[in-house]
Amino acid sequence: MKLLNDLKDGKITSRAATEACLAREEALDSSLHSFLHVDRSAPERAGSVDNSSKPLAGLPIAVKDVLMVEGMPATCGSKILEGFMPPFTATAVQKLIDAGAIVIGKTNTDEFAMGSSTENSAYGVTHNPWNLKRVPGGSSGGSAAAVAAGLVPAALGTDTGGSIRQPASFCGVSGIKPTYGRVSRYGLAAYGSSLDSVGVLGRSVDDIVPIFEQMIGKDPLDATTVDPPAGRGDRPVAPTLNGTKIGVPAEYFVKGMQAEVEGRVREAIGMLEKLGAQIIPINLPHTEYALPVYYILAPAEASANLARYDGIRYTPRESDASLQDVYRQTRGKRFGAEVERRIMLGTYALSAGYYDAYYGKAQKVRTLIRRDFEEAFGVVDAIAAPIAPTTAFEIGSHGDDPLSMYLEDIFTLPANLAGVPGLALPVGFDGDQMPIGMQLMGARFSEEKLFAIGRAYQGVTDWHEMKPIL
Amino acid sequence: MSLTPEEVKHIAKLAHLELSDEQLALYREQLSDILDHIAKLNELDTADISPMANAVEGASPLRADETRPSLPTEKLLQNAPSAEAGQFKVPAVFGEKKK
Repeated sequence: MKLLNDLKDGKITSRAATEACLAREEALDSSLHSFLHVDRSAPERAGSVDNSSKPLAGLPIAVKDVLMVEGMPATCGSKILEGFMPPFTATAVQKLIDAGAIVIGKTNTDEFAMGSSTENSAYGVTHNPWNLKRVPGGSSGGSAAAVAAGLVPAALGTDTGGSIRQPASFCGVSGIKPTYGRVSRYGLAAYGSSLDSVGVLGRSVDDIVPIFEQMIGKDPLDATTVDPPAGRGDRPVAPTLNGTKIGVPAEYFVKGMQAEVEGRVREAIGMLEKLGAQIIPINLPHTEYALPVYYILAPAEASANLARYDGIRYTPRESDASLQDVYRQTRGKRFGAEVERRIMLGTYALSAGYYDAYYGKAQKVRTLIRRDFEEAFGVVDAIAAPIAPTTAFEIGSHGDDPLSMYLEDIFTLPANLAGVPGLALPVGFDGDQMPIGMQLMGARFSEEKLFAIGRAYQGVTDWHEMKPIL
Repeated sequence: MSLTPEEVKHIAKLAHLELSDEQLALYREQLSDILDHIAKLNELDTADISPMANAVEGASPLRADETRPSLPTEKLLQNAPSAEAGQFKVPAVFGEKKK
């Protein structure tokens, strides 16, 4: 990352870099609304890490507001956490702070990360820096917009069903959704616990990697974190891509998708071939079942995880008439519509008499989706595919039709269900100058391989250097 | 499939959500649409497939059962809407009026 090198070489101080981020935020974010909280004292903290030898010494970053940072409010984009001050810091964030990073603030998100546009934030929508009438994607839309607009060099996001990759695609930036279990979820407000991944967005792969490297690893506070098994995760491919096998799944090029999206993604795959990769048509036959599986499992897990917001522990409370009133009125008044819908859907799927038909069935089909990927990765090193069927849509265009919004996620859900990593790369623009992204998916713990392919691609293209005029 | 108004009311009660009649009617329609889409899973025969409960390979690790310092009580209570004597305070649980 250029800024990191400049900080190391003493070409810029951390205080100056942090002040520059805050100044740009102040100048531009009234029209973007990518931040929910900005720490104006960040430059003072930055002043104390100058000239340090830590790997991220002095690097200003932003954090999605579903991750806890002690000393900064955490709303999760919800009125039910209005005024909440977390008493601890998420492991992933703490590791970056320990490595010298400066957290300058918290970015906007769909309420509890449930959404594909940030329109579900209780604190207002974020606007896409490439066109303020369009959404930035979601749920990590604040982080993607902040990076695209140059407010911060990198920002943390989370991805439960595409929430890093899809906003990265809509805003023309890069982003990594890591292998499930590679980054600790401690201090992340849980949504779908078997799917949630903490990752990072930046302009380029080069900007992401140094941050990713500091975030990963086993955490005693998250029992699902794992280190890569021996012999895996340490096989980067050569810069030329000679001998690298890249699969292209037929199921990800569907009728009805925007022709320019398919066109740019196929061009990018052509570029990988020019770099020496062998392109292999593959099938992931259960792709079409990912959406129904996800919309059982994620709401089911959410209905249990969000039971904790009960008006007792996390501020605020509506009504004090009876305990039932505390629960029912606090939740009824403070949760937004999408959160209520998913809690209801999950409650129904887990309720007596329906468990086997919904939850049990979905867990079995999840096995089939994971097997699709395992079989593919027996043959190919990575899979290249579109991220979303369209470029960023207009704010308000999905109206009150949740199912049509869910269909935006059809290409991103499978990686979460299989627990595999996905790297989003900008690969061009449509006729309206809206960015288009491509994802590279890999076997579990193959992030380094995905980064190598991404770096090779970004070494011969400049889509990741394009900046919106603001 | 279509959820009945009674079913939607029952789900809201299970989920501890106080909802207006308009919300219940809207969610009934939207959830029914989503459940129609989910019914697609019945196309697949999964009789011999084992369920995938977690994305992590291998069993959940066990840790030693040792006492460790936790976050201090004051910090954990700092967000409570009502607290007293180092505890969360709630309306009486027993003797609550039946609703």
